[in-house]
Amino acid sequence: MTWSQMQPLLEQASWETLIMVGWSTLIAVVAGLPLGVLLVLTDRGGLLQNVVLNKVIGQVVNIGRSMPFIILMVALMSFTRWVTGTTIGSEAAIVPLAIGGIPFFARLVETAVREVDGGLVEAVQSMGGNTWTIVRKVLVPEALPSLIASTTTTVIALIGYSAMAGTVGGGGLGDLAVRYGYQRFEPGFMWITVALLAVAISIIQFAGDYAARALHRRGGQGGAGPRLRLLRAKEPAAADVGKVA
Amino acid sequence: MPGAHHRAAHSTVTETHVITTSGLTKVYRSRGREVTALDGVDLHVREGEVYGVIGQSGAGKSSLIRCVNLLERPTAGTVTVAGQDLTALAGRGPRAGRELRQARSRIGMVFQHFNLLSARTVQDNVELPLEILGKSGKERSRKALELLDLVGLADKAKSYPAQLSGGQKQRVGIARALAGDPKVLLSDEATSALDPDTTRSILQLLRDLNRQLGLTVLLITHEMDVVKSICDSAALMDRGRIVESGTVGELLATPGSELAAALFPVGGDASGDDRTVLDVTFQGEAATQPVISQLSRTYNIDISILGAAIDTVGGLQVGRMRIELPGRYEDNVVPVGFLREQGLQIDVVNEVPDDSGAPDAAAAPAPLAKEGAK
Ligand SMILES: Nc1ncnc2c1ncn2[C@@H]1O[C@H](COP(=O)(O)OP(=O)(O)O)[C@@H](O)[C@H]1O
Ligand SMILES: [Mg+2]
Repeated sequence: MTWSQMQPLLEQASWETLIMVGWSTLIAVVAGLPLGVLLVLTDRGGLLQNVVLNKVIGQVVNIGRSMPFIILMVALMSFTRWVTGTTIGSEAAIVPLAIGGIPFFARLVETAVREVDGGLVEAVQSMGGNTWTIVRKVLVPEALPSLIASTTTTVIALIGYSAMAGTVGGGGLGDLAVRYGYQRFEPGFMWITVALLAVAISIIQFAGDYAARALHRRGGQGGAGPRLRLLRAKEPAAADVGKVA
Repeated sequence: MPGAHHRAAHSTVTETHVITTSGLTKVYRSRGREVTALDGVDLHVREGEVYGVIGQSGAGKSSLIRCVNLLERPTAGTVTVAGQDLTALAGRGPRAGRELRQARSRIGMVFQHFNLLSARTVQDNVELPLEILGKSGKERSRKALELLDLVGLADKAKSYPAQLSGGQKQRVGIARALAGDPKVLLSDEATSALDPDTTRSILQLLRDLNRQLGLTVLLITHEMDVVKSICDSAALMDRGRIVESGTVGELLATPGSELAAALFPVGGDASGDDRTVLDVTFQGEAATQPVISQLSRTYNIDISILGAAIDTVGGLQVGRMRIELPGRYEDNVVPVGFLREQGLQIDVVNEVPDDSGAPDAAAAPAPLAKEGAK
């Protein structure tokens, strides 16, 4: 196979991967962010404590997360057809990718938001802020470095899923590697495709880390230092207590 | 700093109560276990004063201050701030309604760990309460810069909290707490994470703000020095109850007051069994020296001075002297009576407990100790 034969195939497949991963990430972030925040807020002791709702969301997220992607894709076929009118092609692949990505991202958001110091929430409550203010001005901005890292992780996971989606007609780089490497036995072409994927993943990881660290540097004392709560002084020991009683 | 202190050294205290709690009770229930953190607390904080609540760790101090702005829902009792019954505003559910949130915006709060948002600049941190109040951008930045100037951090407006020292962070915390023009400032161990020098400067700032703005400050602390340096009034908490309270002057004049003894300790032990040890406390201009020598001459007894100190507590000049008279207490009833007649406060330090004719001074500590032991 010559380069001039490979080039259009690679371009086409890269574009398909970009479409699949781009759209599904966008949807996963837009839907997963509120879900993750809601998981924290509705938890026991949370600002919107609602044990039933918390259990329901938690279960749905768990099922979505533990379901093998290939099964999710098959299970969602009729839904995909209903949304996009087809079950083949990159657009159709966006549906299961996004639905697989939502619970994945939601759990990461939950972890990131839980890390935010409760004292900050209390401070805003003491100023008269309501729950929405707390979400907008405290939880999301303070968790932002972690949220960016979570987004990076999600993009990379979705690139992996997209290779699977590709094999059942979604297209993309993963599909290309499978078709030429496995079915037509063109190992050279397969390796080029694999290298392209590896480079794409590295760039995303690097950019994500860089962005997260840049934001964190603003908050922390340079570099990805320990989390804020670890920097805080502990409550003074009982031994320091003035001799009054 | 001393200059600023003297410029505004007049008291702003009035007799109006700006914070009142009555029968305040807080019971935490978790996994079937119950902890009574507050057990019927009646607190009266006068307008314009600095009121300190002191007690050991676990006494319920944080629970008390968090109940004042309803961050913690009291199990029973009422909280009134600036004439408004906050417990009535709180409603049933766990979430704060609009009226309670409005009331909170008029109560400032500072925290031990500052609780500044790391993603915002110093100025944006101070603007946050104003954003919540819906002020315009221009007004917010004007007010924030004014407040940063007031706490001496005008040049740090564009810095991030992580770039500041502990003392500077707490100044930002104070500026932020003042953004809503509160009448009342609540401080939960605001200086406990700071070194002694920084603690002093933050306390001085709170004192200056109290004097200049007529701000009422309710602070809780486990450090006696904090009470000693800035409080007009104080309360001692133990196991969810207030066991002593009053103005610093009243406390010092209360025989057997634990707080007074801790605020103003004098050392010195009796030199033998057959001795009577007295603590003589005097305030203001009272001069003891002639009294002591008069006592010595009149009754022809040798008096030894075990320890003495003069100090300023809550702005009052106070002196205390520990003296020793020969003989047991029974032998010294007349000289002690003489000292009391001179208007001095006398605490008998080593009095025999089962003495039937126990004077008030010696009887007073007993109920306090009992209450604490419950
Ligand atoms: N959220 C809570 N849940 C259960 N127990 C609590 C809670 N907060 C405080 N307590 C308990 O209430 C008591 C008083 O605590 P606190 O008010 O923090 O005291 P202080 O501030 O004087 O150290 C302690 O026994 C503490 O363990
Ligand atoms: Mg405490």
